[in-house]
Amino acid sequence: MAFLNQEKRELTSFVASVESRRHARRWVRAEQRVVMVVLLLATLVSVMATVGIIYTLLKESYGFFQVVSVWEFITGTRWAPLFEPQAFGVLPLIAGTLLAAGIAGIVALTLGLGAAIYLSEYAPDRVRRIIKPILEVLAGIPTVVYGFFALSFVTPLLQSFLPIPVIFNVLSAGIVMGLMIMPMVSTLSEDAMVAVPRELRDAAYALGATRFEVATKVVVPAALPGIVAAFILALSRAIGETLIVTIAAGATPNLTLNPLESIQTMTAYIVQVSLGETPQGTLVFKTIFAVGLLLFLMTLIMNIVGRWVVRRYTERY
Amino acid sequence: MEHEQPSLRSARVTGPIDDSVTRPRFSVSTRSTWRRWRDRFFFVLFFASVAIGILGLAALVIDVMTDGLGALDFSFINSYPSRHAEESGIRAALFGTIWITVGTAAFAIPIGVGTAIFLEEFAPDHWSVRLVQLNIANLAGVPSIIYGILGLALFVQAFALGRSVLAGSLTMTLLVLPIVVIVSQEAIKAVPGEYRDAAFALGANRWQVVKTVVLPQAIPGIMSGIILALSRAVGEAAPMLMISSLVFLTFIPSSPGDRFTVLPVQIFNWVSLPQPGFQAVASAGIIVLLAVLLSLNSIAIWIRNRYQTRY
Repeated sequence: MAFLNQEKRELTSFVASVESRRHARRWVRAEQRVVMVVLLLATLVSVMATVGIIYTLLKESYGFFQVVSVWEFITGTRWAPLFEPQAFGVLPLIAGTLLAAGIAGIVALTLGLGAAIYLSEYAPDRVRRIIKPILEVLAGIPTVVYGFFALSFVTPLLQSFLPIPVIFNVLSAGIVMGLMIMPMVSTLSEDAMVAVPRELRDAAYALGATRFEVATKVVVPAALPGIVAAFILALSRAIGETLIVTIAAGATPNLTLNPLESIQTMTAYIVQVSLGETPQGTLVFKTIFAVGLLLFLMTLIMNIVGRWVVRRYTERY
Repeated sequence: MEHEQPSLRSARVTGPIDDSVTRPRFSVSTRSTWRRWRDRFFFVLFFASVAIGILGLAALVIDVMTDGLGALDFSFINSYPSRHAEESGIRAALFGTIWITVGTAAFAIPIGVGTAIFLEEFAPDHWSVRLVQLNIANLAGVPSIIYGILGLALFVQAFALGRSVLAGSLTMTLLVLPIVVIVSQEAIKAVPGEYRDAAFALGANRWQVVKTVVLPQAIPGIMSGIILALSRAVGEAAPMLMISSLVFLTFIPSSPGDRFTVLPVQIFNWVSLPQPGFQAVASAGIIVLLAVLLSLNSIAIWIRNRYQTRY
């Protein structure tokens, strides 16, 4: 009898443990299902962000383009929404933006490519490990600091030997912006250069090439897609940059190619309106969405092209 | 497969001989001198581009220091902005920055890390998933001022949050989200597949594998990524200009619904004031901002070096 009881007890505890294990497994599975739903929702936030950006820009721009025709917007040569008589030709803002980004691009391409060649072809490993982080500090400095630097240091410096009429000028802003995006060009280009296989360099050296010849005739051509992409992405960064141009380049929409003049970029205009007393919902307020839409499209296209260049033209060794 | 290897020997016999290096002729030696000279010249030029970058950084730091160190003292840290330059301080901006950073972290960390886990560990290889991935890469390239427009239209107006700490944090969350996601994905990717296989072999399901094996390994990488994203949030001015809108705040926000200002916005305000004294105040603010960023980045680098595992 005692024996039977013992067996019964063991059986019960066995059943209980199976029950509890099944229960635990069910719990584990339920937990995973809940977690997956939560993670999926988190992932949808970034999708919603894009939808939100596009919806907001399109909706308010639509209201703007009901009053001002798209044609007038993109071909007009006078931008004066804040004054009478109003004018809504965005070309001066585009010209200012491209002028500032162009100057930045020239500075960043020269310095960035030179630095990348030095770091990947000339610098000893020890020097490289010191210099790279220092250059990358440049990319981490807030843009408002660069704006201050442009206004308080670079502009007076330029004024000492160039005829700059007012303190605001696009040259100073462009140069400083170039300094800001330089590490982006140099890091991305250097990555592309380092990826060029050793054998190609060794082959050129074996033919008696100098380091300069190896760099410019073998490494740079082989790394060209990466360099082009770095340049495009850096330019897109410069086009969307706000604080440096707002602080140092001025607030005068100006259809000019003269780098010594004051201009206004698209981003600086958006800041100007949003800081002003413009009531929300008015036509003037809606201009920032139309300008924003244009800015969004320009940078989006450049980013897509930049990444496409890398993927399409990168040699696989 | 027999391949005839072109030997050096046959090349020497059949090919045209370029003996410009070995042949001791005057014209040739000027050519090689020219090539060597050009090599040196461009070495100097390439090094100069690095030097200009570093000099630019040095000039910036010196410029800020000479203008600002004189104005930097405890009363500057502890005062509210004022009409008079010498009485101005960054108390409101400093606390506003802390509010926004904490708020951004509260939203961006769970959402960003969650997205990264989902994309790396759970998502099937499907076109919609690739689209989401592409979308995140594109979001990382959207100019920050666009996030300001979105925040203004969506959080401030549509959600009726006003120009509040909450609206600012949510805007900043969307701005840094792509960074958090991308860096976290890198950290998760770096955990070797064998670790996962070992856990699966013990009967763990996917979430148990992530929870007990992948995440503990990836946490240092994720942490340093989060800190870098937050330091971006601390220094970002454009969207905060639009959301906070310049105000002379003489109080510290005490709830997420309060108005706020942040360091970069306060600095921008001072930089754009014409009165001469405010340049020094702006520089002093910049010194504080750079100090905050420097310590954040040092922490990130320390975490990376301390916990980095090489597989």
